Amino acid sequence: MPEVAEKITIALTVNGKACKANVEPRMLLVEFLREELDLTGTHVGCDTTYCGACTVLMNGAAVKSCTMFAVQADGAEILTVEGLAKSGDLHPLQKAFGDSYGLQCGYCTPGIMLSAYQLLSTNKKPSEKEMRKAIAGNTCRCTGYQNIFKAIQLAGQKMRGE
Amino acid sequence: MLGQLGDEAKLLAGGQSLIPLMKLRFANPLHLVDLNFVGGTSYVREEAGTLRFGALTRHAEIENSSAAAKVPILHDCATGIADVQVRNRGTIGGSLAEADPSGDWATVLQTLETEVRCLGPKGERTVALADFIQDAYTTDLAHEELVSEVIVKMPGKGSGGAYLAFKRSAPVYPTASVAVQLTMEGDTCKNAAISLGCVGLTAVNATEAAAALRGQTLNDRAISLAMDAAHAAADPQPDMRGSAEYKRSLVGALVKRAIDVAARRANGEQVEVSHIYA
Repeated sequence: MPEVAEKITIALTVNGKACKANVEPRMLLVEFLREELDLTGTHVGCDTTYCGACTVLMNGAAVKSCTMFAVQADGAEILTVEGLAKSGDLHPLQKAFGDSYGLQCGYCTPGIMLSAYQLLSTNKKPSEKEMRKAIAGNTCRCTGYQNIFKAIQLAGQKMRGE
Repeated sequence: MLGQLGDEAKLLAGGQSLIPLMKLRFANPLHLVDLNFVGGTSYVREEAGTLRFGALTRHAEIENSSAAAKVPILHDCATGIADVQVRNRGTIGGSLAEADPSGDWATVLQTLETEVRCLGPKGERTVALADFIQDAYTTDLAHEELVSEVIVKMPGKGSGGAYLAFKRSAPVYPTASVAVQLTMEGDTCKNAAISLGCVGLTAVNATEAAAALRGQTLNDRAISLAMDAAHAAADPQPDMRGSAEYKRSLVGALVKRAIDVAARRANGEQVEVSHIYA
């Protein structure tokens, strides 16, 4: 009979805010974000490391938060979809997804925006091939991806100041 | 630490295979020892004709490493593993220590001279990759040992390689994959290594396919013999990705394409390839 593991204290930064918590070692990062911090914009799609709906940025790198334990984010900086808008103004990515009809049901959108965020952080004018590679780990069952590519390009354009 | 925790403890590297396996209850470790907080375990170093990878070097770091790019087959492998998110977490040492028959690194590294450094309470030892991976999910590692470094000998001048996989989508394991490393002198193949992934309990070292090329001009006949030998060497399991015969045919086709790219790279041509998606 497995014993119940002791909780572990973690300290991390989520969307720019420092937070401290006591978590069970088996708790996944996505569960921590959704259930402990109430940041429900990060979605659970497949729970098998396939669909990318749970994608967040950890220290600037896109990761699947269903495939990490919360304790592994100790000391890290996490960015979720809730951290994209700044003082009420939508991030260019959020604005572009709306303007380009880059979403339909919206379930995959937070994850795709964060994968796109990593891409645009080093390359604000990505080719279609680069965009495909960047969001290959994110599944969208509505849009057929074309408007998502348009949205990423539009966001890049805005971020370049055009 | 593993000694104290006993048999039910497991090491956690990138976690991109172990955590999904735990969710499926295929793995039920009582204790996990997370290696991610150990410093100095993630690097790519070029040293005395070798490339040295720290065990926790992420696939993404290798994908973006200029040192690793000097050996194109390594770049093919790193950049083609799953998707951005998995490459940001998954590690080369974890991939070898897991020894999943569908893993990419073992298939690729088998075509190069690769050694695995293992660290344990009794000290360090170096094992050739061929002796390290013993069976599906089984390595030469003792319970209290871990992989500390992966050492790859840089192929000489006139050597080029390619790694190609056939996949249904980016995040899934390949249906089949092929790694080819050739040493060319003009049109003649001086040396060859061919390795097949996902079509056996471990990566298959297709020695007869390689022998069909060695000393030969790479014409249709030689390539066709290598394809036939690879087809025969593959021992795939039928599953949802395809029947055994389908996978064998796939291996033949991938061998042909990989030979073409490897030979062109060996002759100094820059060739960009990516995996083939269904």
